[in-house]
Amino acid sequence: MKLSTYNFLTSMAIKGVKVGYPLKLTITKQNVVESEFNPVFIEKLLPKLDWAALYGAAQVAECAEDIPPAQPDNIADNEALLQKLHHLLFEIDVLEGQLECPETGRVFPITDGIPNMLLNEDEV
Amino acid sequence: MARLKLKKLEEYLQCVDGFEKPKILLEQYPTPPHIAACMVHHIQAQHEDIEGNLVADLGCGCGMLSIAATMLGAQLTVGFELDDSAVDTFRQNVLEMELPNVDCVRANVLQLPGSKWDNAFDTVVMNPPFGTKHNAGMDMRFLEVGTRLATGAVYSLHKTSTRAYIQKKCKEWGAKGSVVAELRYNIDASYKFHKQKSKDIEVDFWRLDVTEMVKL
Repeated sequence: MKLSTYNFLTSMAIKGVKVGYPLKLTITKQNVVESEFNPVFIEKLLPKLDWAALYGAAQVAECAEDIPPAQPDNIADNEALLQKLHHLLFEIDVLEGQLECPETGRVFPITDGIPNMLLNEDEV
Repeated sequence: MARLKLKKLEEYLQCVDGFEKPKILLEQYPTPPHIAACMVHHIQAQHEDIEGNLVADLGCGCGMLSIAATMLGAQLTVGFELDDSAVDTFRQNVLEMELPNVDCVRANVLQLPGSKWDNAFDTVVMNPPFGTKHNAGMDMRFLEVGTRLATGAVYSLHKTSTRAYIQKKCKEWGAKGSVVAELRYNIDASYKFHKQKSKDIEVDFWRLDVTEMVKL
């Protein structure tokens, strides 16, 4: 699971959960997969990103020193930061770990790189 | 322009593994490599809706369309699939083909709207369950989810017999639907109840332009 995917995952489908975001990320195994840097795409993606959630994920993935805690202005002009965002969003692959609903504590396991967001019938 | 020639793309897609034990209730028919290659190549060559885009694949199964989109340069492709063995095969395919930028999430597609996935994607592709096995209308529910998740266009396959109905639903949703091509979809006899060895069904390849849809 890439952290760009993590940015969009919620536990909203659980009955009674209001926001279900951000999910608490735990990583027990991660990998780095190189991919082509596309600054235009990252700029386009920025409005859809939740900076606080990504900063949290960066800490868990141990690359927080690369990412400022608050979203700086004019990211488009900051190529170094765009590169770091690219690495964080598209190159870190979470292989094993879990996601925890901030409201209910329900745990969604990440196994072999796939987050299992499937709920039981009595949870929806 | 597409970065790979159609023939080359199809050749690569021949290597994508399919369902180990297809489940009839989930209508697990693999998308044939030829059809997947033609679909995704058309989407890029005619509309440039793949390269550099964020793409979703709903009911991705073993990942045929997701992998095709990734090979044509999608910046990130996310496949959503309910079935555990299909997601395992998806991941195996991605690892064996050494593809970056493609994720699989195990989730119920019908539960995606209303979450942060709304309007998250530029493009949605799918080969939905046609809704012929005790799940009537499933393809239309998938299609509606697609229109919620995409900001640009949704591409999908549906039985030709439902064409007028889909056109009516598109109008209701405020999407501009058009049939790109009529296909003969060849389903090999993958289940025991298929008496003929292989059967062609008539399928439409749809493009729904959702850029002018009014969304919540």
